[in-house]
Amino acid sequence: MPPLLEIENLHLKFKLYEGVSHVLNGVSLSVERGTRVAIVGESGCGKSVTARIILGLLQQRNATISGAIRFDGEEMLKNGRQLQRRLRGRRISMIFQDPSAALNPVFTVGDQLTTAIMRGGRAKKRKEAYVLAREALLQVHITDPERVLQSYPFQLSGGLNQRILITMALVNRPDLVLADEPGTALDVTVQEQTLRLMKNLTQEAGAAVLLITHNLGVVREFAHRVYVMYAGSIVEEADVATLFRDPQHPYTRALIAAVPRLTGAGLPKAIEGVVPDYTEPPVGCRFHPRCGFARPECKTKPPVADLGGGHRVACVLSQGIEPKELVDG
Amino acid sequence: MSFGSFVIRRLGASLIVLVGVSILIFGIARVIPGDPARIALGPTATPEMVEQLRDRLHLNESLPIQYWEFVKGVGGGDLGISLYTNRAVTTDLAQFFAATFELVLVAAFLMVVIGVPLGVLAARYRDGPIDNLARIISLLGVVTPSFVWAIFLMLLFAFLLGILPTAGRLSESAVVPASVTGMMLIDSILAGEWATLWNAAIHIILPATALSLSGIGQAARLTRANVAEAYSSQYIEMARAYAYSERSIAMKYALRPAMIPTLTILGLDFAAMLGNAFLVEAVFAWPGMARYGVQTILHKDINGIVGTVLVIATFFLIVNMIIDVVVSYLNPRIRLAARA
Repeated sequence: MPPLLEIENLHLKFKLYEGVSHVLNGVSLSVERGTRVAIVGESGCGKSVTARIILGLLQQRNATISGAIRFDGEEMLKNGRQLQRRLRGRRISMIFQDPSAALNPVFTVGDQLTTAIMRGGRAKKRKEAYVLAREALLQVHITDPERVLQSYPFQLSGGLNQRILITMALVNRPDLVLADEPGTALDVTVQEQTLRLMKNLTQEAGAAVLLITHNLGVVREFAHRVYVMYAGSIVEEADVATLFRDPQHPYTRALIAAVPRLTGAGLPKAIEGVVPDYTEPPVGCRFHPRCGFARPECKTKPPVADLGGGHRVACVLSQGIEPKELVDG
Repeated sequence: MSFGSFVIRRLGASLIVLVGVSILIFGIARVIPGDPARIALGPTATPEMVEQLRDRLHLNESLPIQYWEFVKGVGGGDLGISLYTNRAVTTDLAQFFAATFELVLVAAFLMVVIGVPLGVLAARYRDGPIDNLARIISLLGVVTPSFVWAIFLMLLFAFLLGILPTAGRLSESAVVPASVTGMMLIDSILAGEWATLWNAAIHIILPATALSLSGIGQAARLTRANVAEAYSSQYIEMARAYAYSERSIAMKYALRPAMIPTLTILGLDFAAMLGNAFLVEAVFAWPGMARYGVQTILHKDINGIVGTVLVIATFFLIVNMIIDVVVSYLNPRIRLAARA
């Protein structure tokens, strides 16, 4: 059986006034049924845009997309909008980052939720959809669904709106939920609750999740498998335990070193430099200008080393150099 | 505060504005040089006749007393006698304002039913042919004064093509319906005079179009900008992610938030049409407020001037109030704040 979602060699280019911006540089990843997969990387590395391409939400006229995206074995990019439209909200749903911006300010929660239910084909009439919406809100521990359904988003708290987004994402029982940094706009406690709720509900529903995040702590709590993305390329992929136990790519190591800790010595170490300009990205490995282990070979496309057990890393150092050496290096 | 008391408060505020306007225009009408009574009676009148009329108009009293007499009249629904037509000002206004009002209403209707959809289409198909067309229409509409359009349209459709009449509200041969509202289109429907309805329609189409073009341009431009902004918002992206149809996004989920700022400006445009109507009326010999207003000023018809200005001010205030009510209906933040 093919994986639920398979992305192969995805490229995204924007034609800009300054030149061509090469945002995604051959991204490949897969999500198995019922698993939780995370894409982690800095802001602007292309993780959110990947999720948008899956649903066909990237509508800029100056964008060119190439590569392949297969959902449940069906090719989505070639079959185009038609298939994506059929899947939207039904088999693939999306949770947006900022609940206060993602809900329409001049329509009630009830209107928006029931429309999603009807468009997802779960109900024909508004009344039927309303009953489903009410039940679904009870499932996310909203105790007074009637009031919430009649409210406008601005009358509800951020946490409540976030739970409404989760409800909307799960109400049509999709196979895959794309979650774009859910809760980042909220305070840490609410974010924590949001993630736990999402984890429980998707597990119950057997839905797979593709989580987009910049927070390694979240990845560790939430995901089975993780892809580390840097400047439009996947630099390392592994199951979560392996990645934290045995990180290989210098960027992954730097990310882990940058996580603040309550225990242990010293302050977290920031990564020097910034994410590169996509119109003139560094040749070869895009991380090499910021990498402490850079060498001349880094200016060619890095080979992908398979370390077994689904652990792959795209770095010239990955072959024949001991991890210890790198840490001390 | 309930919605009802919101409306009542707005009414109260409007009334204060009206009183202010009336004092101002009442004073201005009386400080224009020249004796209204002498102008009204002509050079052949004897000083006694002039003095008599001045008495009747309370012109020999002090200004506050004159104003008090005027207010007493207004309370009884009387704006005095026009020195220009020798009829009650209220009768004149009912006749002339109805003609102008009809013209402005048709123009505003065109502005909304053409301008708003054009803006929505332009935003939906951004940078496409429709967007470019809308840009050209908007630009031409906004930069060209309506009286220029009036002359151009008259030349094209009335003289060159000869398919539409050049002037007036009705052909001479048409059956004039009984005046109920003073608006020819509505009166002819009420009277069941379908031939007259058609005749009135082909008479009003050119002046109304000339009057509405700048409004159409403005409406299209504003709607496009606001709908385009809604389109780039996350809630529209989310609507797409949940398979809302593009049609319902354009006509409902992007349009409604975009209409809130748009309507406020369109309301002002609508009211401003009354001013532009003066010039369009002059071109098309439309028997509305334009000629009446100008003649009352030239004849120093103090009652006519005050009446005309008060009607226009009232129209402005009513339009503004309607817009406020509609906007607060569309914007739940205002509506619910008013209720809380």
